[in-house]
Amino acid sequence: MPDTFAPGTRVTVRSAFPPGHIRTPAYLRGATGEVERVLGPFGNPERLAYNLPAEKLPLYRVRFRLGDLFDGADRPDDTLEAEIFAHWLEPA
Amino acid sequence: MTASDWHDLAQNRRWHDMGGGTAGPVPDDEHDFALWEKRVDALVILCGLKGIFTVDGLRRVLEDMGEAAFEDLTYYDRWVASLNQNLLETGTYSVAELGAKMEEVAARGTTYGEAAATQDGETANA
Repeated sequence: MPDTFAPGTRVTVRSAFPPGHIRTPAYLRGATGEVERVLGPFGNPERLAYNLPAEKLPLYRVRFRLGDLFDGADRPDDTLEAEIFAHWLEPA
Repeated sequence: MTASDWHDLAQNRRWHDMGGGTAGPVPDDEHDFALWEKRVDALVILCGLKGIFTVDGLRRVLEDMGEAAFEDLTYYDRWVASLNQNLLETGTYSVAELGAKMEEVAARGTTYGEAAATQDGETANA
């Protein structure tokens, strides 16, 4: 896992479905977008949710094209942004 | 995303993870919260400020309560259940302490008016 994806980097959300508390929306898993900005390190919610010591991980705002998420989107070039932790992202 | 993608997703996603699907209109009516609901909200915020548990812990318990709780309980019914679960798990109070306190509070009556009258009576008898 790279420490930092620079803004503009194309990234793909990991397509994994483990049980447990996860903040990465299921409908974005497997989707590819572009890092809009780096929001900084934040405690891993997958640890905090169980009241465990949480390592800080980079959090990214990732921008997706609606046409890349939904077939037949009315406005395919409109975009959607979501905040996703580093361990859910891979270079596209 | 194609129809078969959505089918795969429906198999894999957890019940609460409903983003990305179709939705009805957004209700824009105002909410009128009861005093106890405001207290539950304040307690959750206080627990975060004091470092007892985070919003992630709140959400984790809400998710684990399952879809039936989402249908059957109100928003703050679910919050108070999650608040309690987190406070038990963090050892903030014990089950026995909770039970004793619930009996004490129940003895005050079922309304705020009854509780106030009970407290007045105790003061008068003291």
